[in-house]
Amino acid sequence: MIYSEKVMDHFANPRNVGTLPDADGVGQVGNPVCGDMMSFYIKVKDGRLADIKFQTFGCGAAIAVSSMVSEMAIGKTLAEANAITNEKVAEELGGLPKNKMHCSNLGADALHKAIEDYERKSAPGAAAGIAAPAASEHDEHDEDCICPYCDGPVEGLEDVCACNHCEIELVECPSCGNYTNKAGETCVSCGAKTSA
Amino acid sequence: MKRVYLDRIAATPLHPEAFAAMLPFLKESFGNPQSLHRDGQAVLEATEEARERVAALIGASAAEIVFTASGSEANNLALKGLALASRVKGTHIVVSAVEHLSVLNAVKGLEKLGFSSTVVPVDGEGFVDPAAVEKALTPKTTIVSVMLANSEVGTIEPVAEIAALCKGRNVLVHTDAVAAAGSVPLDVGALGVDALSLAGDQFFGPKGAAALFLKKGTRVLPLIDGGVQEGGRRGGTENVAGIVGFGRAAEIARAELAGRAAQAAALRDRLIDGVLGTYDHVVLTGPRARRLPHQASFCIRFVEGEALLLSLDMKGIAVSSGSACSSKSLKASHVLLAMGLDHELAQGSLVFSLLADTTTEDIDYVIASLGPVIDRLRKMSPTYTAFLKERLP
Repeated sequence: MIYSEKVMDHFANPRNVGTLPDADGVGQVGNPVCGDMMSFYIKVKDGRLADIKFQTFGCGAAIAVSSMVSEMAIGKTLAEANAITNEKVAEELGGLPKNKMHCSNLGADALHKAIEDYERKSAPGAAAGIAAPAASEHDEHDEDCICPYCDGPVEGLEDVCACNHCEIELVECPSCGNYTNKAGETCVSCGAKTSA
Repeated sequence: MKRVYLDRIAATPLHPEAFAAMLPFLKESFGNPQSLHRDGQAVLEATEEARERVAALIGASAAEIVFTASGSEANNLALKGLALASRVKGTHIVVSAVEHLSVLNAVKGLEKLGFSSTVVPVDGEGFVDPAAVEKALTPKTTIVSVMLANSEVGTIEPVAEIAALCKGRNVLVHTDAVAAAGSVPLDVGALGVDALSLAGDQFFGPKGAAALFLKKGTRVLPLIDGGVQEGGRRGGTENVAGIVGFGRAAEIARAELAGRAAQAAALRDRLIDGVLGTYDHVVLTGPRARRLPHQASFCIRFVEGEALLLSLDMKGIAVSSGSACSSKSLKASHVLLAMGLDHELAQGSLVFSLLADTTTEDIDYVIASLGPVIDRLRKMSPTYTAFLKERLP
């Protein structure tokens, strides 16, 4: 089997699926074009995550990761939830195939985004929207630069660039040389660590 | 639990008679067919009989069959072997956008050696336009390669028409018939092709035995240099048991082909009608007519193919998917994208391919099982939730 028993259990019986109409924070990552999309909804009470619900469009690993993240985070303080790393999620799931490690990135990212959303909303005088990522000047990349998520062309500067299609910031993996998500800690292609 | 295996394009079970035919060559008949003594010559007789049987399946003569280890190798031998052998005449290759990766990547390899290529697009049902192929021909074109049928979307390409248009243009026409051989009647003479790839594991033969038909007089540069095996076109000691099993499977396929195809097509149509008639937001990929008799493929909106595949597997149903997440490279099927499907829809790809012993009950079980699987995944899909919200008055 490509997945551990625990992954299959969370895929078959995902915990905390759904939405929270009165959520205190919402976090969304990914894009169906790129393969996976996750929405996390949180309720915060006394500084703790009182309830979490999620919805996921994606593969078995993406669904299992979402479920695992929700289970790990429920009842935790915001600081504790923010400390949940991709590695911890993958570890709790009994490991993930290398090419699915980016799913664990997405799960933790979606939760952290929901917490960020809550903090922004609850901050005094909060009203400003999320700043869009600044567009940078683009150098032409050669045709070999392909987004690992959607197969689309990649544009940008030498070291950091972005996929036209899914607008993910990409960097070259130091291990295998393929493009991978700059925000992720592991390479989408080979699973090697990309951040120090 | 009951298993319903509908992933013929990945592998077929070995036909019991092919298995029985192979056994002596895994045991007592171990000789090398190139040896001049009796132990070798008895084995040679068996491989040459297999060659005749494979040739008969496609209307070729035995001397025109080169055994290879896989359909991919046959495609590589066709593209690289023919292109390199005709290099002095020209260096341009024409292929379709929906070819198997063993064709497309072989062309990419040739491009590194100085060849150039034109990739002919397909329409929304996966069909190549013969006129577009003709238009792509240049005075430097030496090879045209368009597959006979596409395993992912079932489309049967107009190869005979393409070959007819290429006649007199001094180009060699190759067709990858791996998905079609053993399922649809094939005759290399009627098709008018110079080379054709087929693999026994697609029609109940063993893995590791495939062939390239090379029309008499067609020059090829071997990929594997060695001795005189395969008429000097592929070196290396023959995979005797595999070749014998392949030959027996070809003989059985030839005899049973018409009946198998009619039966499979009826079940395929039952599956297509059942799925499209029962579920919303599902599209058939590929055409209704001119479709492989044993293949039905869909894209299911708002859900992802690997999750569908795993869910069906838990219900005992084996299928495949062209979604990005179900591939090791995390790339969506180039076939679906070439047909103009958007990335999101292509993510919901499911491919069913029927065996010879697939039953009506199997098909009905699949149609019924798909309902709860789609429902469950859509209920947890943010894109489906967004769609429902938008639809509210």
